[in-house]
Amino acid sequence: MAGRPVLDKRLLALGLVLTLLCAAFLTLGARGDWGFVLAYRGTKLAALLLVGVAVAVATVLFQTVSGNRILTPSIMGFDALFVLLQTSLVFALGGVGAAALPAALRFCLEFGLLLGGALLLFGTLLGSGRTDLHRMVLTGIILGVLFRSLAGFLQRLIDPNDFVVVQASSFASFGAVDGDLLGLAAGLSTLALLGTWSLRHRLDVLALGRDHAISLGVDHRRSVLLVLVLVAALVSVSTALVGPVTFFGLLVSALAHLVMRTHRHASLLPAAALVAGIVLVGGQLVVERLLGLAATLSVVVEFLGGLAFLYLVLRRPVR
Amino acid sequence: MTAGVTWGAAAALAVLAGLSLFTGVIGLAPGDLLADPEALGLLLVSRLPRTLAVILTGASMAVAGLIMQMLVRNRFVEPTTAGTGQGAALGILLVTLLWPEAPILARMIAASVAALLATAGFLLLVRRLPPTEPLLVPLVAIVYGSILGAVVAFIGYRLDLLQYVEVWMNGEFSGVILGRYELLWASGVLAALAYLVADRFAIVGLGRETSVSLGLDYDRVVLLGLLIVSTVSALTVVTVGMIPFVGIVVPNVASRLMGDNLRATLPGVALLGALFVLACDLLGRVIRHPYEIPVGTVFGVLGAVVFLVLLHGRPARAG
Repeated sequence: MAGRPVLDKRLLALGLVLTLLCAAFLTLGARGDWGFVLAYRGTKLAALLLVGVAVAVATVLFQTVSGNRILTPSIMGFDALFVLLQTSLVFALGGVGAAALPAALRFCLEFGLLLGGALLLFGTLLGSGRTDLHRMVLTGIILGVLFRSLAGFLQRLIDPNDFVVVQASSFASFGAVDGDLLGLAAGLSTLALLGTWSLRHRLDVLALGRDHAISLGVDHRRSVLLVLVLVAALVSVSTALVGPVTFFGLLVSALAHLVMRTHRHASLLPAAALVAGIVLVGGQLVVERLLGLAATLSVVVEFLGGLAFLYLVLRRPVR
Repeated sequence: MTAGVTWGAAAALAVLAGLSLFTGVIGLAPGDLLADPEALGLLLVSRLPRTLAVILTGASMAVAGLIMQMLVRNRFVEPTTAGTGQGAALGILLVTLLWPEAPILARMIAASVAALLATAGFLLLVRRLPPTEPLLVPLVAIVYGSILGAVVAFIGYRLDLLQYVEVWMNGEFSGVILGRYELLWASGVLAALAYLVADRFAIVGLGRETSVSLGLDYDRVVLLGLLIVSTVSALTVVTVGMIPFVGIVVPNVASRLMGDNLRATLPGVALLGALFVLACDLLGRVIRHPYEIPVGTVFGVLGAVVFLVLLHGRPARAG
């Protein structure tokens, strides 16, 4: 199956665009000490790329195991669950207690909780074959609202001082990423990405649907659980860094499908990751540098992602 | 059955309204009213307006939700998720932008018109959906609402009015005092108007062909329904902010208890709406006394749970 060369022209073109954007992002409008500028912008760039790759790969993985293209982890409430867990952690430990935990330990704790919650919620939903798709999506969205409301509820119960600790993580902002977590997040997502890459051919089989996958000799239930673990890891990375973004993954995956027109994950995954990088870095460049509107990229991305969703739904009856 | 539920809801509402009058930061007992003139002032300036505002909002939002469900012919739709509330917020923002010193009436009209346009847009969108996929409608509603929400957030951010937007989007009654809620009486009147023409909305709920063959001026009744839904939503957004799920949860619960004879059930729907919202408002006032949890947050949690139960429970039967 791995016979065809993976690097086709479209991937190369995407890579080239992304490289140019990254160079522009690092150098455009820079004044003063280059060492400082490059270090400062480099961190930001790394975080943007990391988030883009994490969201893109998580979305493609989730769409493969759920067997359709309008479901994404964030639409199903993964991000909201993560914010809720963060808030509950602060609620349980107190702001001082939570802040006293080393960032790495806290992140691992949150990741572990998210993994448990995600497997519990979606493992049963996805593992048990085909259910009513729209009911499932609607359930996911309402679960997301429920998680957000619960988080809001807990935020009202905790001390205003403690609240500051969670506030930063409950709103999406691509402008202010948490630099402390970058190394840890990079490590975790590298592991997850390596895992994903090694699964790429099995993912092609999983995309055929449960029955076909089983008849082709894939342990469907185990594979789905494995993929969910990877998705949970990637979602924790992106949500911990920038906060929840509902429709970004959908936008990116729709664009990747549009560009690549293939179902092979060996091409689809890198394409989605590159498109995500282009949207985030390019978007940040245009919105922040050229238009001077800091911190509104998340809103623009949500707007475009929502439109992409409506387009996907209205264009043809969804399976 | 219908009459029993209606009277039961009325009795429970009376009890809760009595409790609401004597629940708050400053201790107030019925006996104080005779002894202390200040106590009476507190009651008339703060407690009574608040209780009335809650009742009017709950009742009119529930009725607006029911009418919207008739217009769209789908049980899982309501104004706050389908873009009506976001449209109203957009209208106020645009008026603030273009005509900063507009009087309150002009703002209200702008909010209502924008809400009307947003809802009409949603109706046109829904007509394109295949009738065989009923759950697609709420899905599109939520995405449509969040696209409009993104536009509102963007403009709000540009105008530095994001704080107001937050207030409009999160329903809360703690700011209600005498002189700041009276607009809500207008939504009460509109809800009563809906009762007078309830039968026509019931026929509209049967679809265009049936309505026309029964001799109903379909477009006119739809327009009237749109007017009621948009104006009620706009009034609510401006005075107290949006409360999610009231429009979905209450009509569905009412339909399970009382069936679907609109003329007979509409008073029950209004009473149940007032009862639910008042209960949530009281809960928000009591849980963390003397601080308050906004009613929108409380209802977001409870309403989401009820919605999930409705979604996965047995389909409702007319009784």
